[in-house]
Amino acid sequence: MSDTPTRVPLQSPLGRVRGLGSAKQGSHHWWIQRVSSVALLPLMLWFILSVATMGGKEYAEVVAWIAHPLNATLLLLSIGLAFQHAASGMQVVIEDYTRSEMVRMAVILAVKAACALFGVLAAVAVLKIAI
Amino acid sequence: MVGRRTDGTPVRRPLSPHLQVYDMMQITSGLSIANRATGIAWTVGLLFLVWWLVAAAAGPRAFATAQWFFSSFLGILILFGMTAVAWFHTLGGVRHLMWDAGYGYDLPTTYRTGRAVLIGTAVLTVLTWFIVIIAWG
Repeated sequence: MSDTPTRVPLQSPLGRVRGLGSAKQGSHHWWIQRVSSVALLPLMLWFILSVATMGGKEYAEVVAWIAHPLNATLLLLSIGLAFQHAASGMQVVIEDYTRSEMVRMAVILAVKAACALFGVLAAVAVLKIAI
Repeated sequence: MVGRRTDGTPVRRPLSPHLQVYDMMQITSGLSIANRATGIAWTVGLLFLVWWLVAAAAGPRAFATAQWFFSSFLGILILFGMTAVAWFHTLGGVRHLMWDAGYGYDLPTTYRTGRAVLIGTAVLTVLTWFIVIIAWG
């Protein structure tokens, strides 16, 4: 640590920080996490109650439930928001506990890729049944 | 972790939230880490939802396999766990939204809402499975 060469600052303090700020995007990730959580609240209440009453239902009944336009719409919204909320939540956890910058970037991109993959897969499954 | 100040000098910054310096058995820090843990668990649990939907789209045979797993002992254990996880993270999330709105920061209120999250999770999980058993029966 101590033998790391230190650059002698010749810039003014303002000059050093210019362009390094949040540029009005700093709270975007945080805000989207709150927005998706608020949107997921009613969707999760609907989903938990719907699936709870579906125990032991026949294949045809389950497919008919998914195929109903209202259920398909709410399922698609739930899937999209849940994977978006999960990906950004996992990103914060990874950022907090991963030291190496390369590992951090690789793990975050892998988690986002997995969330995109499974999110689209679930959405295609709903659309295949509903359309 | 090692970072750099804007003038280029290296600085050793702490990781946040720190895992070693806090007593995790307190209701405050315990519920905070539990909110993260349930968030991670729910992310993994989403894969079961994907499986269920893809099986339904693939046809009766694939759906029968998924149905067989979800009604097995392990399947029900996972679904019960996911129900508790879902309710905890939902109620914990509401608590966080309350904080974001600027309310409930004093210690007595923090303890009260923390206990409410725990009790609410237990009650709603049992209630949800009450509905499952009635619908199944």
